[in-house]
Amino acid sequence: MNFEYQVEGGDFTNAGTTSSIVKKMMKQLGVQPDIIKRTVVALYEAEVNIVAHAYRGTITVDLDEKKIYVKLSDEGPGIPDIDQAMQKGYSTASPKVREMGFGAGMGLPNMKLNSDQLNVTSVVGKGTTVEIINFF
Amino acid sequence: METFHHALKFKYDLCIGCSHCTSVCPTGAIHVEDGHPILDNNRCIDCGHCYHTCPVNAIYIEQDDFQTIYHYKCPVILIPTLFSAQFPEKISQRAILSAIYHLGFQYVYEVEKSVDVIKAMINERVKDDQAEKPMISTFCPAIVRLIQVKYPSLVSNLLLIKPPLDLTALYIKKVLVEKGVPAEDIGIFYVSPCAAKIAAIKSPVGEDKSPVDGVINMNYLYNKVFRIIKQGLYQLREDEFDFHPLSKNSILWSLTGGEIKDMPAGRNLAIDEVHNVSDFLDKLENEDINNIDFLELRACDESCAGGILCAGNRFLIAERQRKRANQRPKVVSPDENNLLKYKEYLEQSSKLGEVMPRSMDKLDDNISIAMRKMKKVFEINDELPQVDCRICGYQTCKALSEAVVNNQADIKQCIFVQRILEQTDKLTTMEALKITKKVWGEAKLDKYSIKNLDLE
Repeated sequence: MNFEYQVEGGDFTNAGTTSSIVKKMMKQLGVQPDIIKRTVVALYEAEVNIVAHAYRGTITVDLDEKKIYVKLSDEGPGIPDIDQAMQKGYSTASPKVREMGFGAGMGLPNMKLNSDQLNVTSVVGKGTTVEIINFF
Repeated sequence: METFHHALKFKYDLCIGCSHCTSVCPTGAIHVEDGHPILDNNRCIDCGHCYHTCPVNAIYIEQDDFQTIYHYKCPVILIPTLFSAQFPEKISQRAILSAIYHLGFQYVYEVEKSVDVIKAMINERVKDDQAEKPMISTFCPAIVRLIQVKYPSLVSNLLLIKPPLDLTALYIKKVLVEKGVPAEDIGIFYVSPCAAKIAAIKSPVGEDKSPVDGVINMNYLYNKVFRIIKQGLYQLREDEFDFHPLSKNSILWSLTGGEIKDMPAGRNLAIDEVHNVSDFLDKLENEDINNIDFLELRACDESCAGGILCAGNRFLIAERQRKRANQRPKVVSPDENNLLKYKEYLEQSSKLGEVMPRSMDKLDDNISIAMRKMKKVFEINDELPQVDCRICGYQTCKALSEAVVNNQADIKQCIFVQRILEQTDKLTTMEALKITKKVWGEAKLDKYSIKNLDLE
């Protein structure tokens, strides 16, 4: 089953809508609670990343009997060094932002921790694509 | 799967088939067939919203026969502190207590007697940095069931400490046996302010058997006691305590904010009313909300003061309760509250067994079939009007779609679908009528039933 959702950059009020919908579907399918939890955490993190950093994005969800595949493609600034971004604690956030408790550099590492397969590709100045796969 | 025991029952002879209960149910557990509500036992959490909303009192709360107290040589009554807060202020605590003794109880205890012990344990557990957070209170049994059926991934967050009712009952048994009362003579009867606590005693979650021997409906006891007081039938007792030896926080416990009151550290939240709780848990499951240590969640507005078996206005009950609490010190000594001397014994018996998730959302046990069904549900739901009018007998268009997919309902139960099919001669008026009668019963659609309306 395929679904597609749009995410608007800067719309923090509605960040998490897609995660919510996906969570409901996984519950209906009877996926194990811990797998649902992992997926929703990873997806939510990715969704908020679009809202926080990109102009807009599209989330496609592909659900089958064995796995969930989510692809989040955004139009945005992109990530110059993905390997660096994947490291715990690495962040581009300014000290001012960090002072407020954001930009701890846990976003991507946390997504990795909560997905069976995580794939991040990015073109600077164009956008980022994140793919998450979790098996049931 | 073992089904939940429910304390809420329908009286079909009184039911007028209005379906208001269907509309307010927070878990979508009720639908209408043949003019009457049908309860889905696996979804109902005994919150009692249906009981509140029923205009003809056709929903009742199951309770044990009051006469069973006389089967025990030593009947003990365990009443929530809220009980006395329901009476007008001019009626003294002592009069209420004396009237309860008049009914034949040997001992009267208040449930919250063990709150100080429980609070200390919770505070200790919340300090644990390694534990899964937020910890969710297990005090409200409707909330525990809500989490089991609707938020299975949060089951592991439940703080497995027994509620005051259990520990106070354990204490009573222990103390009476020590006094020389044979264990088999002791019958402990709990006065419940709600259906959920009755259901929890009849089929406990996380325990093999409740330590309580019977349940009394609080509304029933209120009426009985009020009558005794009004008729002046009781002897005012001088010998026994008069409800007072509890600490301030024990009396506040069952009100909103009572569990998180004076919690030493961390972020704690108190949320009441089941829809508010659902909204919050939805967010929590998405990890939208971080760094919260403890959640006090209650199914009723104003917590137990809003319990469906409370007599009178919930805000007035809560106000009287607070007034009583304010006259009490924060800390009481073991000499005032003897239970505190049994702290260690109670702590050892305080652990609640594991609570299992039991998702109600699952469309099928087999994921391939569930997947196929889900596709179908989306297809059907897309064609429905999204009015959620309940004429089909279900709470929402989505609920009808699911029932259709599970072969429990006919898509033609939708009145909009009927009208559309009638236009293309795929359904006759008589056929449509027959379907609607199956949902709402014969009487509501009898052709002579509106003879007095001027329709010309």
